Amino acid sequence: MRKIVLAGNPNVGKSVIFSQLTGAKVMISNYSGTTVEFTRGQLNTEHESFEVLDAPGTYSLEPTSKVEEVASDLVEKADIVINVVDATNLERNLFLTTELMERDVPLIIALNMIDEAGHKGVKIDIEKMESELGVPVIPTVAVSGEGLKDLVDSLSSSVNIDKNSLSIPDRWSYVGALVGRIQEIVHRHHSWLERLQDASLNPLTGLPLAGLVLFLAFQLVIGLGDFLHEFMEDYIFEGPYETLLVYLSEAMSGRGFLHDVLIGQLVEGKIDFEESLGVLTTGVYVELGVVLPFLAVFYLVLGFLEDSGYLPRLAVMVDRSMHRLGLHGYSIIPMVLGFGCNVPAALAARNLESRRERFIACTLMAVAVPCMAQLALIVGLVGRFGLEYLAVVFASLFFIWVVLGLIIDRVMPGYTPSMVIEIPPYRIPSLKAQVKKLVMRIKGFLVHATPYILGGILVINILYTLGIIDYLGMLFTPVVRGLLGLPGEAVSTLLIGFLRKDVAVAMLVPLGLTARQFVIGAVVLAAYFPCAATFTVMVKEMGVVDMFKSAVIMVATAFSAGFLLNLLLDTIIPAAYLAAGLVALSIILPLLLGSSSDRRELSDLDEIA
Amino acid sequence: MKLSLVEMKPGQSGVISSIKGGAGFAAKLNQIGLREGKSIKKISSVFNRGPVTVNVDNFQIAVGYGKAIRILVEVENIEENSSRG
Repeated sequence: MRKIVLAGNPNVGKSVIFSQLTGAKVMISNYSGTTVEFTRGQLNTEHESFEVLDAPGTYSLEPTSKVEEVASDLVEKADIVINVVDATNLERNLFLTTELMERDVPLIIALNMIDEAGHKGVKIDIEKMESELGVPVIPTVAVSGEGLKDLVDSLSSSVNIDKNSLSIPDRWSYVGALVGRIQEIVHRHHSWLERLQDASLNPLTGLPLAGLVLFLAFQLVIGLGDFLHEFMEDYIFEGPYETLLVYLSEAMSGRGFLHDVLIGQLVEGKIDFEESLGVLTTGVYVELGVVLPFLAVFYLVLGFLEDSGYLPRLAVMVDRSMHRLGLHGYSIIPMVLGFGCNVPAALAARNLESRRERFIACTLMAVAVPCMAQLALIVGLVGRFGLEYLAVVFASLFFIWVVLGLIIDRVMPGYTPSMVIEIPPYRIPSLKAQVKKLVMRIKGFLVHATPYILGGILVINILYTLGIIDYLGMLFTPVVRGLLGLPGEAVSTLLIGFLRKDVAVAMLVPLGLTARQFVIGAVVLAAYFPCAATFTVMVKEMGVVDMFKSAVIMVATAFSAGFLLNLLLDTIIPAAYLAAGLVALSIILPLLLGSSSDRRELSDLDEIA
Repeated sequence: MKLSLVEMKPGQSGVISSIKGGAGFAAKLNQIGLREGKSIKKISSVFNRGPVTVNVDNFQIAVGYGKAIRILVEVENIEENSSRG
């Protein structure tokens, strides 16, 4: 089967074309770096079946980052390359095209977003472009599917140019002259989207806007998520589903190993969705009744932020603050993604240039950004003790994020260079694409989470039955009780937390903790170690050595934080004051300390200049 | 008059005259669309050493302070103060 590789600059719509050609489902957003690894799919035409590969975006075949290397390698293996070119941005895109023309591979150009070029007043003479370049040029609008049939039909007429290699300056002047001959730009008025575009980059309007966006996103996720959760609880779990389980429990005469695994322990003769710890009771309840409602709303909001093109603008607004933590603005994207699930967030860190940045970003994300599954449980369970306790959990994690960033940036050699990123135009997200993405993400959650949740609960039951939890509880009582002020059995939640953090948080409930104990448990569980799925990805991304360092940092941070909370919360400082104090410190400390990375980058400049 | 991207005022435009830094540094900026001879217009910058946003051709690029300070621009409309565009 012949291989088609889709190659092009970041954010030109390669994944949209891929998805249209193959029907395969891939993540699509309106910012650079959504695709970090290639995806395979199959295209069947009347005459032939092709294997289609969707490459990550790259500006050049001489790679400068890990992500670009993937793209460069793929082109080597291609039988046909479809070069996706952004019609609104011809000059920069054609640089890669000229590089592709020098490779020994047949080429077709998909001139994408031709509609947007029209709106922007860019007119391209397609026939002239074809004759100048010597390869077929097919105008497309990938999102609506326009031109894709022509693209498939032209696969047989792809042309191998194999030009002589140009030097970089010669290449730019060739491209510059070419664009001058085939493109005409007419002036037109600014649209309201473009005005909003400028407003979100101007700090006077952009900073309040960023605050508003984050606040609304948070409110929506918590508010609407909780509403859906209550709805599921009232009408499904405490209704027909419970009846069904009671029937099942009675059929098993209320005891036995199978009963313990499926239904769990009855609390005062009744099924308790939080405390029974059975696969069908707590397992299903946690996954579908608590996590799913919050996760669905979060992904809805995230999808909108991604596709509108807002995230890179948020990156610009937070760049200054992120520099103080040894990162730059674009690393806000893995952080935001991390609130959904830490796994894609660790993958997104690949877009960061240096090993140093990837280390800091992954570590901070894994320690201080709880995934939505965990957050849903924290909001639901800690929230019962009062909002001030919930505030302490959030404030503690924020504080850890800031302080850890400040420390690592100062201790780790090297510096984080400042960013250079393309700001995509605002686009109004299409409803169809949003629904598709949401369904894809929820499916992904159900498929990936279910085995861990079921496995986690099975493990708990086996460990309890064998008496291992009691033994470990006794063994670790001095540490867990002395340091964290928690009962010894809490050690079981740390074990399960490695499998699923949401289940682990739920397991705090049967321990009958006080408010302060619950807060400590939730913070330690969030920070101490990534879950197995995240851990696997982090090892792959960072390597064993860096992961080991990162893990040491995580464990040390989690236990110090737990110890400090145990020392201060409610004993010396009431919850509300502690939360406010931690947030204030998190803001003041970086301002006082300034950015050491910045100084190092600027002194590096002196050396070069 | 030559100014760095950082020194330029929002609304000013000009032609990039030089990029100070090693070959790798310049190559990275060239690829994304910033190179000698390109006309650019500064749109905005975030205060206290924040990133600078510029218009090049038909698109916008945000450049962090540490990089923006190394990009020198021959500014055209110097007498015209920060007119918002």
